[in-house]
Amino acid sequence: MPKKVYKTKLLDQWNEAKELRSNYYRNYVKAHEIGGIRWAGGAWSFSAIPSGLGDDVYSLTGEPYGATVTYNKDFAAKCHEAIEAKGYARDLCAYMRNYWGSIILDKYVLGGEWPKPDFIWTTHICCSHAKWYQIASELEGGVPFFCIDVSVGPYHELNERRLNYVVSQMMDGIEWLEKVTGRKYDDEKLIQAVYNECRATSLWAEICTLNKAVPAPLDEKTMYSLYVINTLMKHRKECVDFYKKLRDEVEDRVASQIGAIGNEKFRVMTDTQPPWAFLELWRYLEKYGVVSIGSLYTFGLMGIFEVKEDGTWGPRATPQESGVEIETREQALRILAEWTLSRPEWQHFYSPELKSDMMMRIVKEWKVDGVMLHFNRGCEGLTMGIAENKLALKKAGIPVMHFEGNMGDEREFDLERTKAEIEAFLEILGAK
Amino acid sequence: MKTITTGIDMGSKNVKVVILKDGKVLARGITLSGFDQKEAAKKVFNEVLKKASLSLDDIDQIVATGAGKEVAPYANSDISMVGADAIGGSFLFPSARTIIDVGAEEGRAARCDEKGKMIDFVINEKCAAGAGTFVEAMARALEVTLEEMGPLSLKAERAVPMNAQCTIFAESEVVTLIHEKTSKADISRAIHDAIADRITSMTRRLGIQRDVVLAGGVAKNIGFVNSLEKALEVKLLIPKEPEFVGALGAALAPLR
Repeated sequence: MPKKVYKTKLLDQWNEAKELRSNYYRNYVKAHEIGGIRWAGGAWSFSAIPSGLGDDVYSLTGEPYGATVTYNKDFAAKCHEAIEAKGYARDLCAYMRNYWGSIILDKYVLGGEWPKPDFIWTTHICCSHAKWYQIASELEGGVPFFCIDVSVGPYHELNERRLNYVVSQMMDGIEWLEKVTGRKYDDEKLIQAVYNECRATSLWAEICTLNKAVPAPLDEKTMYSLYVINTLMKHRKECVDFYKKLRDEVEDRVASQIGAIGNEKFRVMTDTQPPWAFLELWRYLEKYGVVSIGSLYTFGLMGIFEVKEDGTWGPRATPQESGVEIETREQALRILAEWTLSRPEWQHFYSPELKSDMMMRIVKEWKVDGVMLHFNRGCEGLTMGIAENKLALKKAGIPVMHFEGNMGDEREFDLERTKAEIEAFLEILGAK
Repeated sequence: MKTITTGIDMGSKNVKVVILKDGKVLARGITLSGFDQKEAAKKVFNEVLKKASLSLDDIDQIVATGAGKEVAPYANSDISMVGADAIGGSFLFPSARTIIDVGAEEGRAARCDEKGKMIDFVINEKCAAGAGTFVEAMARALEVTLEEMGPLSLKAERAVPMNAQCTIFAESEVVTLIHEKTSKADISRAIHDAIADRITSMTRRLGIQRDVVLAGGVAKNIGFVNSLEKALEVKLLIPKEPEFVGALGAALAPLR
C-alpha cells in the first residue's frame, strides 16, 4: 500500500447528510398525519412545481428509493422475486423493479407498509420513466399520474419552440395539480422553489469542481452519499443550506490539502450508477493509492455546469447571480425548464459523442489517470452508448476498462471477477 | 548472486508451478486443483522444489496468479491473470503483441507493447461457454474423449453453425445434430468453430495485433487451434507447454 502523504479528516457534514436523508423518508411517510400531501416521481422530476401546493408537500423519488432497497439485499431479492412472479422481465430497470416489488409486497424498505402517494408527478427522458410510473399507478389502484415529456433534444440545439413544448406541459401540470389535490396554487412558493433548485444544483457543481484539486478532497464513494440530497429535495431550502455548508467545508479541505484518502497516487473516474450492493470496490481501490474523483454520473446527474471564460467546466451561474428576478409563474417555469434541460446527464440521451466529450473534459480537468466504465445492465438509459464512449476514450489514448454488473440487482454482479479485472487495470496504470 | 523465483498459477482446474533461476526454467509441475486447491498447490509446489533440488528458503520471490491466487501457499506477491499471460507470452515470443489464453473456465486476452508490458486486456463474461469446460461438456455429449475431439474435427467435411453463447443450449443443439445423423467429425468442428468465434469476438474488442500467441490448456486442442486460426485469419504462435504460460509470467514478474 502506498504511504500516506496527505492529511485526512472525516467530513463535518457527513452526519447532516445522513439526517437529511432519514428525515426525508420519514417525513414522506408521516405527511398524512399532519394533513400534508405525498407525491412520488423520478428524481429528475420538476420537483419545484408541486411546492406551489404548500409547505406540507413531501415527495418520494424512485431512483434513490430503488438504490436504498439494493443495500438491503434480502429485501431486494424479495422485490425481484415478487415482480418476476407477476411476469415482468428481469432485464428491466433495476430501480423500477425494486420500486414495483415494494408496492406488490406492500412493504417500505425503511419499515412498515408501502406509503401510497396521493399523486404521481414525473418526467420522461429515459426509456423507463413514464412506463415505470404508469405501471406503479396501476399497481397502486389508479393513483393520478402526470408525466412531462422532456425529450426535446440536446441543450445546444434548444430553441423557443422546444422550450415552449416543455413549459406548456408544466402550465397544464399546475392546473392538473390543483384539480387532483383541490388546493389553490401559490406562485410565490413556486418561485422560491425554483431559486432553491437552481442554487442547489449549481452548488453541487461547485463542490464537484473543487475536486479538481490534488489531493481530491472527496472520493466518489463519499460523494454518492452527498449528491443524493439533490435527488431527494433539490427544490428545498434545507438542501441549499446543506450544500452551502458542504461547499465551505470542501473549500477548506482544498486550502488545507486534506485529501479523501491519504495515499492518493492515481486518480480514476467511473461511469453510470455503481453496483450499490458492492461499494467496497471503491475502498479496494484505495488500498493501491487510487481515488475515484467522481464521474459524469456523480457530477452531472444533478449538478448543473457551464463552460467558464477560461474554457473549463464550473458551476452554472444561477438566475439570481445573473441578476434575474422571477416575477411570474410562466417566467419561473421557463427558467426551470431551460435550467434543467442543460443538465449534463440528459445530453447523451441524444448522442454518445456528447457524453464522450464531457468524459474527456473530466479526464483532462480533473487530472484522471484512467476510466472504469460500469456496463450497467440495470439502467438502459445511462448505459446506452457506453461501448462507444469506451472506444472514444481509447482512441484519445486514455486508459479505460469496463466491468459488467447491475446497479440494483446483485444477481448480475460478480465481485471476485470484477476485482480481478480491476486488478489487471491497476497493473496497466502502474498502481499495482 | 542468482535470483530464484517461482510462479504459482492457481487455475480453476489445474495448479501449475514454475521455478526459474535467472529467467531460466529449473522445474515445473502441474496437478488437478481438486476440492482443496491450497493442499493441491502445496503438494505440487513441494514436488517441483524437490525436482529442482531446492528448499523453500532458496526461493527469493513467489508470485501467485490465477482464479484462486488468494489461497496460494507460500506466495509473497501476486499478479493478475492477464498480466502474467502478457509477461509469459512475450517472454516466449518477443514478437507477440496479443496473447490469448483459453483455460478451463475462462477466455481472456492481453495486448502488450514491445517490452511485454500489458497495455490493454479483455476477459469473457461470467460464463464458461467459451472455454475448456465447454469442450469437455460437448465431448461427453458426443461420447468421445477430450483428446479425440481435436483430431476428429479436422476430419469434418462441412461447417455446421452452432450457438456457443451457452453450454446448455449448445448441448441441446449437439443432441439435435446427432439425431439428424450429422457426423461426429462435423459436430466436433462446429463446437470448435463456435468457441473460436466467441474468443475472436472477445479479442477483436482489443484490436488484434500480430504476432498472436495462444496460451492455456485449450491451445493443446488442434481442432480449436485450427478453428481459431481461420476465425482470426492469423497463424497462431503456440508454446510447447501452453498451460504454463501464466505460471511462467508470474515467476518472471519480479525480474522485470
